[in-house]
Amino acid sequence: MPTAIEEIALPKLSNDEIARYSRHLILPEVGMEGQQKLKAAKVLCVGTGGLGAPLAMYLAAAGVGTIGLVDFDTVDASNLQRQIIHSTATVGKLKVDSAEIMLKGLNPYLNVVKHNTMLTSANALEILKDYDVIADGTDNFQTRYLVNDACVLLNKPNAYGSIFRFEGQASVFGTKEGPCYRCLYPEPPPPGLVPSCAEGGVLGILPGLVGVIQATETIKLILGIGEPLIGRLLLVDALGMSFRTLKLRKNPECPVCGPNPTVTELIDYDQFCGIEKPTSVGPLEVARDKAVGDHPVVDGIPQITVEELKRKLDAKEDVFVLDVREPHEYLIANLGAPQIPVGEVERRVGELAAQKNREVVVHCRSGARSQKAALILKQAGFTNVSNLAGGILAWADKIDPSMPKY
Amino acid sequence: MKIHIPTPLRGYTGGLETVSVPGTTVNVVFQQLTIKYPELKQHLFTPEGKLRSFVNVYLNDDDIRYLEGQQETAVKDSDELTIIPSIAGGVN
Repeated sequence: MPTAIEEIALPKLSNDEIARYSRHLILPEVGMEGQQKLKAAKVLCVGTGGLGAPLAMYLAAAGVGTIGLVDFDTVDASNLQRQIIHSTATVGKLKVDSAEIMLKGLNPYLNVVKHNTMLTSANALEILKDYDVIADGTDNFQTRYLVNDACVLLNKPNAYGSIFRFEGQASVFGTKEGPCYRCLYPEPPPPGLVPSCAEGGVLGILPGLVGVIQATETIKLILGIGEPLIGRLLLVDALGMSFRTLKLRKNPECPVCGPNPTVTELIDYDQFCGIEKPTSVGPLEVARDKAVGDHPVVDGIPQITVEELKRKLDAKEDVFVLDVREPHEYLIANLGAPQIPVGEVERRVGELAAQKNREVVVHCRSGARSQKAALILKQAGFTNVSNLAGGILAWADKIDPSMPKY
Repeated sequence: MKIHIPTPLRGYTGGLETVSVPGTTVNVVFQQLTIKYPELKQHLFTPEGKLRSFVNVYLNDDDIRYLEGQQETAVKDSDELTIIPSIAGGVN
């Protein structure tokens, strides 16, 4: 396994660094030369969230010389359940600034390069080109495909990790000999079909587990030791605590890494993933799931504000409110409305037969799932269905500040 | 045969992690599976009945796309199918 970094003129370690990395230096597979390779290495962490947090921290501790961080977000209290690179004191700060504080505290010899921006087709090649290994810990399909294609075009290995609820995946993509992300998944799922972590939840320790696997692969790539996950997909199931690896093949018809590529430059990944361009900086899920707050009518579904719903309820108008969240979400906060989870609406629509001609207002957490449910109801012949824009979060913001937000 | 259902699709199998359905080929097993759990169908197949390109199916340790018979590959009761959909979670 060749090293991912160029070995010419490796940087010297100071006596303080030698003391710090002693446990590496006495390990023959790392040793002085390996530690110098780590010091020379430049790793880009795409995202400083659930996966990027443990990943960047272990890379910093291990002595990787330069860590680049790409993130445009700010730290939110709800991040701290898993994003251990941030802390209570840095809530509200830019994630790249917050992460730098933690990383430099851990290892002052580290050079942190902050890219406080959203990775796009316009800037990706420019940002990625100076790094030896890319570690993809993003939260959306557009950026996954963007990072993959940029890595293949620049010939950079991509230590990939992804999580959902209790399950994780890891692999190494983008090497010459191995497959890329597109060999595994030629196309993304249509928007909304696969729920995001914000919608589906995630066990807080799982990104720790998977992020550390990404860090392990990154270190192995830099040192040129062991068997990286090239051509293998690791599946992690935290509940069963089982790890499986499946064989991945290089797709001979892969449009990016195949012998006859049709994608030879970065494309419009929002379009590729079938989503509208994000209109403002904000959580990517909102962009992807098209939370629909500002449009009065979306796909034929009127969008009603929380103020308007409150007025209707106070005036005792004949309105039927339907909650399409999951039962466990109801326990956190609710409007007292009857509940059918969005995935069951189609099958259980008969239970709502009596409401067919009433005014029905559908709500969820932020307004994306309820839009989906409203469309199903409309298709099933409901005559007056609207979607509560902003969901119960907007209700907590604007109507009932005592209500918890999650 | 046993089919492993990934977390994102368990909502359509009543929360079950593995389900057992009979069948002689991958296709027949999938037909049986989607008869038993009709809501899975649109997540696994296009309206034309083709396996969706963001869903990978492994027969034991092999991607069925690279098996000679692909979806027509014969299966035994002791074989296992694993469905691996795209997941993108990481930051948020």
